[in-house]
Amino acid sequence: MTSLVIAEHDNASIKGATLNTVTAALACGGDVHVLVAGANAGAAAAQAAQIAGVTKVIHADGAQFAHGLAENLAAQVLALAGAYSHILFPATAGGKNVAPRVAAKLDVAQISDITKVESADTFERPIYAGNAMAIVQSADATKVLTVRTTGFDAAAATGGSAAVETVGAAADSGKSSFVGSEIAKNDRPDLTAAKIVVSGGRALGSAEKFNEVMTPLADKLGAAIGASRAAVDAGYAANDLQVGQTGKIVAPQLYIAAGISGAIQHLAGMKDSKVIVAINKDPEAPIFSVADYGLEADLFTAVPELVAAL
Amino acid sequence: MKVLVAVKRVVDYNVKVRVKSDNTGVDIANVKMSMNPFDEIAIEEAVRLKEKGVATEVIAVSCGVAQCQETLRTAMAIGADRAILVQTDVELQPLAVAKLLKALMDKEQPGLVILGKQAIDDDCNQTGQMLAALADLPQGAFASKVEVDGQTLKVTREVDGGLETLAMSLPAVVTADLRLNEPRYVTLPNIMKAKKKQLDTLTPADLGVDVAPRLKTLKVSEPPKRGAGIKVPDVATLVDKLRNEAKVI
Repeated sequence: MTSLVIAEHDNASIKGATLNTVTAALACGGDVHVLVAGANAGAAAAQAAQIAGVTKVIHADGAQFAHGLAENLAAQVLALAGAYSHILFPATAGGKNVAPRVAAKLDVAQISDITKVESADTFERPIYAGNAMAIVQSADATKVLTVRTTGFDAAAATGGSAAVETVGAAADSGKSSFVGSEIAKNDRPDLTAAKIVVSGGRALGSAEKFNEVMTPLADKLGAAIGASRAAVDAGYAANDLQVGQTGKIVAPQLYIAAGISGAIQHLAGMKDSKVIVAINKDPEAPIFSVADYGLEADLFTAVPELVAAL
Repeated sequence: MKVLVAVKRVVDYNVKVRVKSDNTGVDIANVKMSMNPFDEIAIEEAVRLKEKGVATEVIAVSCGVAQCQETLRTAMAIGADRAILVQTDVELQPLAVAKLLKALMDKEQPGLVILGKQAIDDDCNQTGQMLAALADLPQGAFASKVEVDGQTLKVTREVDGGLETLAMSLPAVVTADLRLNEPRYVTLPNIMKAKKKQLDTLTPADLGVDVAPRLKTLKVSEPPKRGAGIKVPDVATLVDKLRNEAKVI
């Protein structure tokens, strides 16, 4: 029994979500191999070989993998799939894009967003925005899984010494091509990996106020910035900052929610945070029912006060 | 170009579901059902493509119990021209739905298939990508913008950290993210008109698809409850608690 983890990387280095996925793969039992498919991704492959618990790294290189196109990455995974009992992807935008393609081609079910490995064929996953937890068992020969990274600790990034094997790259499908991207550049930690997340809601009132109030707090704490769906819908914050059922799932050490009422779909994205602070002037806001520390106050005075006190 | 859109009947997004006391599932008896919100966005996008003259016909498809007809009528009230129900009482999992949709694609030969990116009941986020794989087509998952230019489709996708744009050949499969569009409100005259539109019913057997579930749900339970903590009177107390009690800053 051997598991294959599909690494998330930027060719130069391995992304954090890969480490949590390795932990889930180890829990499935047996050896753990990691696939690094990229363009000039030797450095990422070398880094993957250092991950504790990994016994082999498979490196496939080619320009067709430069932008993680689903068609090409799935073809590479399928070329290797025969040797594996479990194929695991992190449940990131990239993993969710590719994993079902692999499962369908193998004619097996995919199990999305697993939060626990009960046994080699049985897994726990949230349904209904985390309002219920299901234990599901797969009878398929190959288990294709996406791993909710907040459900598993990160494997140690160093300490391993896996061999790196280079394999031939699957050909370009020619079906789709990369045109361009707009990736927001900033020095903040990644939302899903940050130790502290500060999120703003609709109460901020405008994009200007959102920046003016939330940015100093994030700067002071070295935190990532998140937002409620209402704030994103209103245009106060970028789409990829949305925390919730259909946005990012976060579980930082500290989550500060300012002016967020706490709709079910938002709670689904942050309720596994270690410590939750809610700042809201409505004493009845549902967010207080999950907050460790609730401060009933106007965020426009409380947040600057908090920045000054830190 | 025909556009095929898949819609799913799910528990309304406003309903707070309860786990059944015997832990076999969630209680959906007498609960309000609606069209999956992402599928509403998918239908809206298809109808807009028709209004722009890009699409010639919009076909809504749903797979599931007889009541999915209501969901299809809603799709036709938004503007789909006709509908197909693949009716079965078997619990349908994403792979089975993808196979049913693939069989319908072979029949209808659409130039584009649009689905919601995820259903809000099982939260799987699989069917569109699976359909693309089974049909050997390119995919534009989590789309926030779709432009058709002749035989090429440009899809802007929501990815971690921002947006990315892909170009792909048609036919293709697109899954709709939240901000692809804002679905219109259905009007009473359109609801009346939808009642007269064509709705065909098929069975999985008619399409030659085995829909038996591959995954067995052993148990469904309530998630661990997170208790409410305390209210703090002021910012100074909050900072003190975070420093000395929770020790997170």
